[in-house]
Amino acid sequence: MIANYGYKDGSGEYYISIDTDKCIDCPVGRACLTGCPKGMFETMTDDYDDEVVQIKQSFRRNLAYDCADCKPSSNRPPLPCVVACTPAAIKHSW
Amino acid sequence: MITAGIDMGSRTVKVVLIDTEASGAPSVKKTHLIFPGDLDGDAAAEKAYDEALSAVGLKRDDVSSVYATGAGRVMVNFAKEKVTEMSAGAKGVSYFYPNARTIVDVGAEEGRGIKTDGTGKAVDFAGNEKCAAGAGSFAEAMSRALQLTLKEFGEASLRSDKTIPMNAQCTVFAESEVVSLIHSSTPKEDIAKAVLDAVASRVCAMVRRVGIDKDVVLIGGMVHNPGFVSSLKTAMDIDEVKLPDIPEFVAALGCAMLAAEAKH
Repeated sequence: MIANYGYKDGSGEYYISIDTDKCIDCPVGRACLTGCPKGMFETMTDDYDDEVVQIKQSFRRNLAYDCADCKPSSNRPPLPCVVACTPAAIKHSW
Repeated sequence: MITAGIDMGSRTVKVVLIDTEASGAPSVKKTHLIFPGDLDGDAAAEKAYDEALSAVGLKRDDVSSVYATGAGRVMVNFAKEKVTEMSAGAKGVSYFYPNARTIVDVGAEEGRGIKTDGTGKAVDFAGNEKCAAGAGSFAEAMSRALQLTLKEFGEASLRSDKTIPMNAQCTVFAESEVVSLIHSSTPKEDIAKAVLDAVASRVCAMVRRVGIDKDVVLIGGMVHNPGFVSSLKTAMDIDEVKLPDIPEFVAALGCAMLAAEAKH
């Protein structure tokens, strides 16, 4: 399943997509959990009893602000969560 | 075998009891909806469940399993499992439309788009965690501002052929736009259509994240608003949106079906 967490508001569309099919047998031991400096990711057991990663509820309404530190307007480095996730399960919409 | 599904929505609690034959084919035995009012979530779930059972002469012991879904699903203490609205919605829609691929679920507080694989399993979803402007409570607030009932509001929008853009993304600011339109003597039907077009536009933006494949099915309380259905078809640029007979009970039905499958 591709789970899109986030929202759209007057300033734009802010979604983090997690392809949970790539997430189930994570070969890098859930590196995203520690890769995100804000600790926005957490593990959960989905409806099909697979352990996958999701965005914590408390961050889902503030992605534009919480991710801002990793997204400077110039010389933007690769996103730490995306780099940590070698199966390429994590994508940002903005 | 009797199983139950409970959908703890933000406005209402829905209960569906189904009877599943040995072949696995379910039939809906009872649907029941309550407005919790001042009740706590767990008390509301208990009340709705007991009322549904007594209406068909059943006791709790007669039910093999209970699953819960919805924003308040964690409050249903007697449910064996809690499942997401996506899984429950996808499963419930498969009862009515096995060929459904895109589900648009618009309830009171949240709208979401769900892509299914044709077997009743959700494979992709997007919602709007932040704002009620793409959901039923927005339409309800705007109908109050126009001093129309929800039924009148939906019907009024169908009488308009004007397109008035609403720019505000927030329910609060949108209401001020509506007030401005009222002050400028804009006919109520044109305002109603503008509001429902705005809701449909926001919902459609979410659904486009998961992609729009036929058949498209709309579930949730907004199915009862014909103006919204019309606006959604226009926004999604499709000719047909399938509408289940019991749209607000689809997620609860899906829960009951998942409970039955787990027992088989």
